[in-house]
Amino acid sequence: MFHYTVHTSLDVVEEKISGVGKALADQRELYLGLLYPTEDYKVYGYVTNSKVKFVIVVDSSNTSLRDNEIRSMFRKLHNSFTDVMCNPFYNPGDPIQSKAFDSIVSTMMVQAC
Amino acid sequence: MSAGDQNLFTALYGSLTQQLPREPMEWRRSYGRAPKMIYLEANFVQFKEELLPKEGNKALLTFPFLHVYWTDCCDSEVYKASVKEDMQRWQAALRLHGSVDWLIAVVESDNKKKNKTNLLPRTSIVDKIRSDFCNKQSDRCVSLCDPLKESSRSQESWSSFLTKLRTLLLMSFTRNLGRFEDEMRTLREKRTEPGWSFCDYFMVQEELAFVFEMLQQFEDALVQYDELDALFTQYVLNFGAGDGANWLGSFCQPVRSWNGLLLRRPIDMEKRDLIQRGEASLLDLRSYLFSRQCTLLIFLQRPWEVTARALELLHNCVQELRLLEVSVVSGALDCWVFLSCLEVLHRIEGCCDRSQLEANTSHTVGLWTYATEKLRCLGDLCGLVSENGPNSEDLNKTVDLLAGLGAERPETVNSPQSPYKKLKEALSSVEAFEKHYLELSHAAMEMYKAIGRLPRFNITETRNFLLDSLKSYVSESWSLPLTHTRKQIAECQKQLQKMDEYLQTSALLASDTNLSDDERRHFCQEILTFASQTAEDARVALSMSSFTRLQELRFRPSSALVHVSAALQLELRLCSLMPVPVTLEQISASIHFTQEQPGSTAQKRAAQNPDGTVTFPAASPASASASALELCEILEHSPSDNVLSSAGVACRNMHLLMRQNDSATSLDTPNTALTALTLEDGAQMLRASDVTLLPGNNSIVFTSQKPGVYTLRQLCATLGQVQFILPHLYPVVQYEVYSQEPQLSIQPLTEHLLAGLPQQVKFTILTGHYSVKKGDALQLSNTDSMPVLHSSTCSARILSSSAELLAESALSIQSSEKVTSISLPVTPPYHTLEFLLEVLCHIPSCPARMESERLTNGQISRRSRTRFNSGMTLIDQKVSVDCPWSIYSTLVSLTFHVPFKVKHSLLSAGRRKFIQVCLQNLVFRQQCVFSVWELRWSSVSPVSLHCVFSAAFAPADAPDAALKPYTYDFTLERVSVSADGSDLSRVCVAAFHLSLCDIYCLR
Repeated sequence: MFHYTVHTSLDVVEEKISGVGKALADQRELYLGLLYPTEDYKVYGYVTNSKVKFVIVVDSSNTSLRDNEIRSMFRKLHNSFTDVMCNPFYNPGDPIQSKAFDSIVSTMMVQAC
Repeated sequence: MSAGDQNLFTALYGSLTQQLPREPMEWRRSYGRAPKMIYLEANFVQFKEELLPKEGNKALLTFPFLHVYWTDCCDSEVYKASVKEDMQRWQAALRLHGSVDWLIAVVESDNKKKNKTNLLPRTSIVDKIRSDFCNKQSDRCVSLCDPLKESSRSQESWSSFLTKLRTLLLMSFTRNLGRFEDEMRTLREKRTEPGWSFCDYFMVQEELAFVFEMLQQFEDALVQYDELDALFTQYVLNFGAGDGANWLGSFCQPVRSWNGLLLRRPIDMEKRDLIQRGEASLLDLRSYLFSRQCTLLIFLQRPWEVTARALELLHNCVQELRLLEVSVVSGALDCWVFLSCLEVLHRIEGCCDRSQLEANTSHTVGLWTYATEKLRCLGDLCGLVSENGPNSEDLNKTVDLLAGLGAERPETVNSPQSPYKKLKEALSSVEAFEKHYLELSHAAMEMYKAIGRLPRFNITETRNFLLDSLKSYVSESWSLPLTHTRKQIAECQKQLQKMDEYLQTSALLASDTNLSDDERRHFCQEILTFASQTAEDARVALSMSSFTRLQELRFRPSSALVHVSAALQLELRLCSLMPVPVTLEQISASIHFTQEQPGSTAQKRAAQNPDGTVTFPAASPASASASALELCEILEHSPSDNVLSSAGVACRNMHLLMRQNDSATSLDTPNTALTALTLEDGAQMLRASDVTLLPGNNSIVFTSQKPGVYTLRQLCATLGQVQFILPHLYPVVQYEVYSQEPQLSIQPLTEHLLAGLPQQVKFTILTGHYSVKKGDALQLSNTDSMPVLHSSTCSARILSSSAELLAESALSIQSSEKVTSISLPVTPPYHTLEFLLEVLCHIPSCPARMESERLTNGQISRRSRTRFNSGMTLIDQKVSVDCPWSIYSTLVSLTFHVPFKVKHSLLSAGRRKFIQVCLQNLVFRQQCVFSVWELRWSSVSPVSLHCVFSAAFAPADAPDAALKPYTYDFTLERVSVSADGSDLSRVCVAAFHLSLCDIYCLR
């Protein structure tokens, strides 16, 4: 069910990206905000300039994570992802197996809980 | 509030209220808020002292912003006598209540002036009033000329009066509003104090909102509600974090009514009263707040924000009730959400036209979906989706839920499609529920389709829809949704009795590691159960890819090339994806006979590794991404100044990657795969019976013996009624089983065979399919010109097909007059038997006349033939061999070279005659030996003289060998010389002997 939510939220990302393209406003803004609220989850989106999409899903009952926290989580994630991509031994498209990336993600998860 | 001459005011009231809002005023605001143009509208009431606001009254709507004293007095006596006093009383009352916003309006009319000509000039009354009341504030007194006349003077006067009135009104309003806002903020700052009440504060801030709304400042009004919303939300969150406020207790009361949002009234006074009394529940407060926000947003023409906010609100309310641990009847919230969703949608539909609605489906679809989900929940709860219909417990629940809905609101009583009616009807029976549910979900799905999104909710009604989403999940490698959707499809297929498809899906699910073992076992069992049925219908063919994965194929021997009697083993390595061991009746590989020359396949077996293994790539779509992106860097320089204009990275093999994904889709989708699953008819098979495939890796061995070149085509596992078929094996795998006739070949051991000397020849027998038995012998027909020499050390070597030496055994050779018989040792098929035999080819006695019939008898002429080749004399010897495996004789031709060449010549010196014989060694350096004899005749010279030249020779490495001397005979005709040939020839022989020795030594 969870994956359905993420899958659908990608459609919303597409919508938002194309919407931004039309407006030509805020092109520097990578954070897309709340994508897809459901009763149980809040789905936030972020898209890099090269159209790599990040999605964070938060339990609706988690009230400690506001927009700002989510935004900074995305920024951290993006930085770490960029590091992974800079690794010359990494093949774009392969599953990410970086320990550094892993630990960043895990720390974020721990903080969120 | 107007004071003074009420009759005068009543006369002016109409035009005043009409004209006041006609022109806008610029409204400058505190706190840096942007100035706005607003239209002022005012309500005028008669001045009464008791109407003046008392201390602490926060009402802003009914606040008297400006007090106007009306008078048309133009008589200074009258003024002094009564009007002034009245004004003073009025002013005192105002001062008492701290009101500084007042205006004295003096209305002058020509009529009155005419009557009283003795009056002071008209300005004087105004001046008097100004001096009496407006010290330094002369603008507080204005005169209005002939307001009821249509003259230009009166119009001018009106307009300046209105401007003044507006300015003053706005000034007062701004001041009072500022004060109100300040007080409100102060009140808000006190919110941590114990006695603070949210409801009270709510009323205060809402007052502000009302004022803004009245001024058409909907944006500002909305801000007030949003602030209230945020404040309340924060309280709830704090409460959840353990920081409770006692006023929040009233919001925690159990939910007793769930009749949904009400958006059809501008202000829902019922709920407002509840809030005012502090008796509102959380849902009441939220509903009221939202209805106000909704009203304002619609005024602002932002209906799509309403839908977005509605969805957020509904989600939020559910969360908040959970957080506050408010007790709710199960299903009550579902009702509330359902009704609210539909109410919002109805409200939006009411204010937008169809085209607008269609263009904004993406904004409404969320609500549709949410409503659908909730209806589904209610259906589950009330037993409306079970096959047997609701039981009594379910019915009780339904009754409870309907009770909480209360009576239908008067606004919707007459509309047949009201949310309230829909819900009641849907809960009334299974059929009605189904109708409404399908209607809703269909609508939602159509909308999702329209906006190009995939719905995420799980409805099992349309298989095609599920298949569509399945395809998209496969192509995008979403494994969990894929599994989940497949499960739903399986359910559909089972209910629709589409066994083929169901079994295929079951196979996929049984091999799906996303599922629990129990689930996988269940689906596996489904297949096994079907397979064991003794139904008569045709067999079901399923794709093998979901059942097992062919990983590797290994040939033994590794060359995949064997002769007929040897066993070629094909070891298949299959990875069973099933969760339990599966016993197959048979697993077969169909093979295709290829019409090709044996051996020519070697180049085509490129996929086969040298060690005889073929590795099959995993065909799962996940591995499609294994092929790496081929990225290359692109630098573009501008042509003019060669400055780098752009840099980028491009993916070269994108089209491949894309295509791979597409093809993977078709591989895994059961529909398309099924059509391709036909077993080739009449194909030859390699079979293995009763194979049990354990989960994980298995190996199955096939053996093949039929001769030919074969290509593996298909793999088929049979399990009762079910066949799992792998329709194509890729890469192409071929193997060859060949059959060979026995062959005999005889080869010289050296480059040339020399005649006259014993020579070794090598006999090679490839046994082929023939096995040499004990007693088998080669029969060589003897010839006089080439006898076989016996040798005691003659032995045979037996080699395997891979040229390994297996054995060596002595040969027994027996010669009779006509044949030489060579008994062969026992040799298995497809082995090689080798032995050497020494033969001697006699040099024909007179090569000078070799073509003459006199020197060749009949038999020999057939068997040996002498030719000349590049100065050498060649003798072709044919040997006839009878082999045990054939009734026909094998003719083998051997070519011998004669090592010598002889020439003779007759020389004359005067009367003396000499014979010169030149013997040339052709094998080594073309050495020549010359011998000369003088011819003398003791008697009469004969007519012809027959001479024989004979030379003994021996090879250099065996000088003692007793070989038949080389003879050369020739005839001299009509020679008249006498000679003693016999004596001379003896001398010659010695000479030859020596020279030949030299030749062979040097060789």
